[in-house]
Amino acid sequence: MTSQLHEASQPLLEVRGATVNIDGRDILRDVNFSINHGEFTGLIGSNGAGKTTLFRVILGLQRQVTGSVLVHGEPITRANRSIGYVPQKVLFDPDLPIRARDLVALGADGHRYGLSRRPRALHAAVDEMLDAVDAGSFADRRVGGLSGGEQQRVLVAHALISRPELLLLDEPLANLDPGSVEEIIALLHRVSQRQRVAILLSAHEMNPLLPVMDRVVYVANGHVASGTTDEVVRPSVLSALYGHHVDVLRVHGRVLVVATALPVGPAPSDQHPEFVVE
Amino acid sequence: MSWLFEPGWWANGTVRTALLVGFVVAVVSAIVGVFTVLRGQSFAGHALTDVATAGGAGAFLVGLAPLAGFIGGGVAGAGAMDAIGVQRVKGRDIATGVVLGAAMGLAALFLFLAARDSSATGTTQLILFGSIFTVGPSTLAQVSWLSAGVLVALAAIARPLLLSSLSVELAVARGVRVRWVGLVFMILLAVAVGMSAIVIGAILSTALLIGPPASALRVARRFAVGVVLAVVLGVVATWLGVLFAYDSYYWFPSHRGLPVSFFVVAVVLVEYVIASVVHRAAPSPSVAAGWS
Ligand SMILES: Nc1ncnc2c1ncn2[C@@H]1O[C@H](COP(=O)(O)OP(=O)(O)OP(=O)(O)O)[C@@H](O)[C@H]1O
Ligand SMILES: [Mg+2]
Repeated sequence: MTSQLHEASQPLLEVRGATVNIDGRDILRDVNFSINHGEFTGLIGSNGAGKTTLFRVILGLQRQVTGSVLVHGEPITRANRSIGYVPQKVLFDPDLPIRARDLVALGADGHRYGLSRRPRALHAAVDEMLDAVDAGSFADRRVGGLSGGEQQRVLVAHALISRPELLLLDEPLANLDPGSVEEIIALLHRVSQRQRVAILLSAHEMNPLLPVMDRVVYVANGHVASGTTDEVVRPSVLSALYGHHVDVLRVHGRVLVVATALPVGPAPSDQHPEFVVE
Repeated sequence: MSWLFEPGWWANGTVRTALLVGFVVAVVSAIVGVFTVLRGQSFAGHALTDVATAGGAGAFLVGLAPLAGFIGGGVAGAGAMDAIGVQRVKGRDIATGVVLGAAMGLAALFLFLAARDSSATGTTQLILFGSIFTVGPSTLAQVSWLSAGVLVALAAIARPLLLSSLSVELAVARGVRVRWVGLVFMILLAVAVGMSAIVIGAILSTALLIGPPASALRVARRFAVGVVLAVVLGVVATWLGVLFAYDSYYWFPSHRGLPVSFFVVAVVLVEYVIASVVHRAAPSPSVAAGWS
């Protein structure tokens, strides 16, 4: 009971006044947001907005950062066991004799020194994680030979096996076709609910995430706005974030963020539902 | 079998020592080599051999034990490469190249000086092509202890090293001290190539380090199987090399045998060709899964 009270009163992750300044340039300025237990949060921002930097801040890997990052109300330490991470670009050599299940097992003991025998329980946990991400059918194939979507699942299993409370996923949907995007999102949503793990997932596009997203953290111009989608994705909030007026259109259940004054020149590509002019 | 084993093979103490030291060095080279290939550090491994050569030749000049020179040189080279930035993927080639260039210069100078010194005739040959038939029991003991140390240390860092070889970012997120683990590995690599430089010579020790692991990783589906296979291929190449070199003494009327290193590398190459053929012939894993 106490733990529930504790959970209710205190967010899992709290970022307070974080500023990242690299070579005299503020990459992120006074970032504040929090993530609660078991929530699905989308981290939305265009290329170079600072999404990966923000993940590094949360992981305690970013240098030149001021402000504080608290997990369970405590300042983060490097390699926090309660945070799992799937980096943006992981390239595996297809010639490496490392099977998907080997990579998942390394999520549990890859940081340990010594060559102790892997306990039976670990093998069982590996199978369980592989099943949780629907990766059982390619568990024994070399990880470098798997497709992007398959690798993504294995990486999620790798991150989940240490039973984190927060899972950070840096653009896991990039390079996936629309069908796979939906599949992975549904899978992550399921995992987050069953294993009660909070998810912070970065993406350029928020539309695929709308059905599952509890909250959104929107990054632009080095600033961050956070809250529920309805709270954040509004003209007033986003205009303040971008520093110029933008409109928010809701069409057929999709959200489009558009600059009010279209620039002179070629029309914006209609393949990009979210069109933002800087 | 008498056609294969020339007279005196079984009774010869020198041969027995050569086989033993060859075994030890082949095992260590293969296991360290698997990680070297995995990490894409073959070039660094080769450069370390050249640094070791400079160290070995330098030791010879000042009258120190060559083994100490080989290993001291290699470890110094590893430290230099780390300092210049071998850890960053982009810096890796540059750091290796810089150290390689410096080492070649030093090695050339030392070998020149050693060759000019009439009392040390054959030194150059010894350093470049190895001296497995001149290894004494004390060197064998030293090499064995060093090898045991390298293997224990490598076992200690095996998992963090494997994870950081697969992806630095994944390893960092798991709390692995990637830089530290990488430096320890470079030092182990330096010791391993220093030892194999003694056995099959500085020029060809890269072949023993990289060849068997490269062949093994082509055909193995699992990492552990790859390690075992690399060890087997390395030991087979070394032993056959010693055998052929011994036999070659009887092949020519002049009774001038060919160097062990030549035969070792020849066998390593044959193994690699076979592994490539097997690799090609086996259905690729994805196709196999697609059809099953
Ligand atoms: N080490 C660094 N040195 C200098 N600038 C950096 C460094 N790391 C990040 N930046 C800058 O910080 C900004 C944010 O980068 P970041 O990688 O966080 O963006 P992102 O939102 O993840 O972009 P993408 O969608 O392309 O992955 C970029 O302008 C980048 O150039
Ligand atoms: Mg990024």
